[in-house]
Amino acid sequence: MKSLKKFALGMAVAGLAATAAAAETVKIAYIDPLSGPFAATGTNGLHQYQFAADTLVNERGGVLDGQMFEIVAFDNKISPKESLIQLQVAIDQGIRYVVQGNSSGVANALTDAIAKHNDRNPDDRVLFLNYSAVDPALTNDKCNFWHFRFDAHADMKMDALTDVIAENEDIKKIYVIGQDYSFGKAVASAAVRMLTAKRPDIEIVGNELHPIGNVQDFTPYARKVVSSGADAMITGNWGSDMLGLGKAVIENGFSGPIYTYYAAADGITAAFGETGVGSLKLVAEGGNNPPSKPEAQEYVRAFKEKHPDGNISQSRITNVVQMLAMAIDDAGTATDVVQVANALEGMEFTDSLWSDNPMVMRPDDHQLIQEVHIYGHVPVEAPFDFDNSGYGLKYENSIVNAGADLPTTCEMERP
Amino acid sequence: MSLFIVNILDGLVTGLLLFMLCSGLTLIFSMMGVLNFAHASFYMLGAYFAYQISMFTGFWAGLIVAPIIVGVMGALIERYGLRRVHQYGHVPELIFTFGLALLIEEFVQFFWGRQQVPYNPPEALDFTAFAIAGNTFPAYKVFMIFMAIALFLVLLYILTRTRVGMTIQAALSYPETVQNLGHNVPMVFMGVFGVGTAMAGLAGVIAGPVMGTFPGMAFTLGAIVFVCIVVGGLGSLWGALVASLLIGWMQTFAASYNLRMEDLLIWLGFEKPTLMWESAWQDLWTLTLPQVGPILPYLFMVIVLVVRPQGLFGKRET
Amino acid sequence: MSTPSTNPLTAGTSRLVPLNHALPWIIAAVALFLLPVIFDSRAALTIMNQMAITIVFALAYNMLLGQGGMLSFGHAVYMGLGGFFSMHVLNWMSDDPWLPLPVLPIFGGFFGLLFAFLIGWFSTRRAGTTFAMISLGVGQLVASLSIIIVIFFGGEEGISGNRTDMLPFFGWDFGQQQEVYYLTAVWLLIAALGMYLYSRTPMGRLANAVRDNEERAEFLGYSQRNVRWISFCASGFFAGIAGALFAINFEILTEENLNLATSGSILLVTFLGGVGFFIGPIIGAIVFTLLQTVLSLHTEIWALYVGILFVATVMFFPFGLTGLLALHVMPWKLGKIGYLVKPYAKMAVPTLAFILSTAAVLEILFHARHAGRGDNEMTIYWWLTFDSHSPLPMIIGLVIAGVSAYALVKLAPGLKAAWDEATHMGEAGK
Repeated sequence: MKSLKKFALGMAVAGLAATAAAAETVKIAYIDPLSGPFAATGTNGLHQYQFAADTLVNERGGVLDGQMFEIVAFDNKISPKESLIQLQVAIDQGIRYVVQGNSSGVANALTDAIAKHNDRNPDDRVLFLNYSAVDPALTNDKCNFWHFRFDAHADMKMDALTDVIAENEDIKKIYVIGQDYSFGKAVASAAVRMLTAKRPDIEIVGNELHPIGNVQDFTPYARKVVSSGADAMITGNWGSDMLGLGKAVIENGFSGPIYTYYAAADGITAAFGETGVGSLKLVAEGGNNPPSKPEAQEYVRAFKEKHPDGNISQSRITNVVQMLAMAIDDAGTATDVVQVANALEGMEFTDSLWSDNPMVMRPDDHQLIQEVHIYGHVPVEAPFDFDNSGYGLKYENSIVNAGADLPTTCEMERP
Repeated sequence: MSLFIVNILDGLVTGLLLFMLCSGLTLIFSMMGVLNFAHASFYMLGAYFAYQISMFTGFWAGLIVAPIIVGVMGALIERYGLRRVHQYGHVPELIFTFGLALLIEEFVQFFWGRQQVPYNPPEALDFTAFAIAGNTFPAYKVFMIFMAIALFLVLLYILTRTRVGMTIQAALSYPETVQNLGHNVPMVFMGVFGVGTAMAGLAGVIAGPVMGTFPGMAFTLGAIVFVCIVVGGLGSLWGALVASLLIGWMQTFAASYNLRMEDLLIWLGFEKPTLMWESAWQDLWTLTLPQVGPILPYLFMVIVLVVRPQGLFGKRET
Repeated sequence: MSTPSTNPLTAGTSRLVPLNHALPWIIAAVALFLLPVIFDSRAALTIMNQMAITIVFALAYNMLLGQGGMLSFGHAVYMGLGGFFSMHVLNWMSDDPWLPLPVLPIFGGFFGLLFAFLIGWFSTRRAGTTFAMISLGVGQLVASLSIIIVIFFGGEEGISGNRTDMLPFFGWDFGQQQEVYYLTAVWLLIAALGMYLYSRTPMGRLANAVRDNEERAEFLGYSQRNVRWISFCASGFFAGIAGALFAINFEILTEENLNLATSGSILLVTFLGGVGFFIGPIIGAIVFTLLQTVLSLHTEIWALYVGILFVATVMFFPFGLTGLLALHVMPWKLGKIGYLVKPYAKMAVPTLAFILSTAAVLEILFHARHAGRGDNEMTIYWWLTFDSHSPLPMIIGLVIAGVSAYALVKLAPGLKAAWDEATHMGEAGK
């Protein structure tokens, strides 16, 4: 059945048949890498979306008068250009909702293109539900009415992180290191700014950027971190850069906490294994492990049953699906995205799975304000571990409504 | 000072690892006149095969078996692929190896997935060999250094002291004459290609646990290996060694020392803009040495090629 | 073919465009005009635009590889820089526009030319491996710099602009894909025609001469280095035009436009189409764009298929897809194309069976390894549904592949004989 739809899709691409939006389904375009170096993350995210749509919406009767959610996958090969082509294909399919998360570069291209598209084609406007791209600019200088972010952005996470660091009197010296691109720079400047404000006595003994995806051996960097005498390290690295840096630093004798954004799942948890225990900390939204609510435990079990190699690594995905369903029901329409966007704007939402803390979609900048946690990399029993490795994440600290007091520079133009 | 010595050692490890790849590549080049774009892909295959084998038997069996499998694969690819393309000329040959590199990466992803696989050093070598002023040096890296040096000595011995080596050297310069003397030159070519790829495989087995075993590992290293042999002079074993070590140290030291462009500019007498984020030169002012470290080898290569197209130790132009 | 001339300097220039040469161009122009009438969806237009850009870029690349014998691993630099500069020109004019959008590619071409001139100064001194390696080095340098120099390249987010900010052009503001399509199509025609005519000039011919025998060309009094440099500049110019067209279509340029992967894929495109023919890169660009965009909607392992196709092309058809087509010109001229119909018809079924069954085996393997548990059911070729974990479909696939491969081997001599017959000058033997 899926292939049949893909076939129809292909036909539309060839321009032979223009498929109109089917009345029975609400289609959501998932535009993320499904081939190439980041395909593992993209494929796992797709599985989480499909599972969330089936379990949380479709099995409960769908939205409106029984319309089902359908996740349509588009492979963007993590390329901005391919993402824009796939966006056009998706719009031709009558799709009104786009979800994307991997790479802020792609998110920037998409939000810009969607704003232009909606401006030029008022008849088939599109909403962009960003679940993972955390460049602060997306809800600040580059914000627009069509973009909603469900993850806490880099500055909000850093705000939470520095709150925790500020309370730790053992930390006197900190080393900040990251990838040389917009996100790495955003992390570094936020870390310096917030640490200086919250703990002026902490010395930043290192603040540097390394080329992204182009360092084969992190040993020289690790030597610098160790010899700087730092008590803790902060990094926004992801993927193989995270793994390479983290392993090199630990192997060369660094024993303090390593505060990270992305040192979990997609093979990283398994690769760190025992060596990461006690060192690796991670800042993210989401729930504890094992989840406190029985239905959440059941949800994870059911997911692992279906995807034994997968991880529930992005709990915000269930928030996207549930909040979109609520907004469509509130608006009474799935086709008029302006009404749906108005319903999403300012929506208060209490998660039925991971946490009890209410979240709110801030109307000023379309940023979801939620609880942010500092997790530790520790042994976790299956199936709540990552990568089936026996290790996973557990709460160490929680910050309620993280970043709610961070101002936004967004000046939103509404249709 | 102690950090300087540690950096020398770290750079030596990187350089020698590069050399294990370069030596095979430069042999293949001097013999067949073709740059093997897929060379780093054989390095990746070595790491993955060794990982697969280590799951069943442990690290040491992989160290022996994986390079052999890679070498046999390389020889078969030479026999049934490259030799066929050879008749069309050098550009199609180069493009063939380019396509092969893409195909091997897809092949690896197909079987082992896209994530990094947990391929680790053997427990026997999982200890600290020595420490210099608090900087630990793992035993596994000492092992890497000795493996690479041993490989170099064996290679040098075979090429200059044995009959097989003499035939290879002769076939390099005068293939027709050697053929007429009754040697099977195509067989020699196949053998050299097989041995060259096996050496790349061995490098992969050794480097996989340290550098990480993931589908992108060939791409990040492949271009650097090219730079090494071009800088050293195509076909020159000593040139490959010198260039590998130079580039290894260049990358290590560039990453280790936070030299800032700001200091240089102030030293030159420029005035630092007060509002940095409004200056058109902000990127120049904030530049540091680690940022540009990985591109230094390319800059080095372009300069060497412009000044001396045959490379540092090359005898002939390409 | 053009009229031979006794004077090498004017060879090919007399009767620059004979009528029978103009015909394909007229057909192409009409086809380009009519295409959006048939394929009118937004996605189809976007994909056609993407094709057109790739065609211009591949043709420019082939000016080096095919006509000049220069293998470049960093040609994305000139397209990318042309695009980045065009985007800056667009943004610079957006507040107070004084030019319409369709002239923007001229800026792209100019900046492509400028950088080709500067970099060509030192890179074209040698041909062969030295040139290839310098192009690789320069390509890597520029790609890395694009991340470091944020103020110009915008870091990994790139820079974006709004094409509707320029002056309207006869009432068009280029907000709609269709309008952009026509702009791209007209520029495609201009650029392709320009490159075609260039290849007919003495300069274009000299590039061939230097490619084939540089010493001899030098001996005849032509500086091989200058010939390469001029070809390189011309190629940079047209690559820059492609970059500007990219800027107009996607309204964003990123590091992706400069990196080695883009440089590598244009080599792939050009070679796949066939370097020895003017239309080779055109065919390559069309096939590659379709593979990349449409095939990736159907299968996750599309890149594996592209890799296999590419390696198979290099091994068996070193003259590319166009070379394969060109082989049939001879039998056609001899009036013997009919001889090939029957063996082709015989081969068609096993060939198709072999390709489909091999792909099926790969898909089953992939599905069995990577699909979710309990998700055993898979569908291939739109109607064939089965359990990917049971051995039966796999065995059937392997058997079909084996049998069809055997049939192909058995049928090959027949095709060879028919082929010899069809390309043979004299009357039919039997």
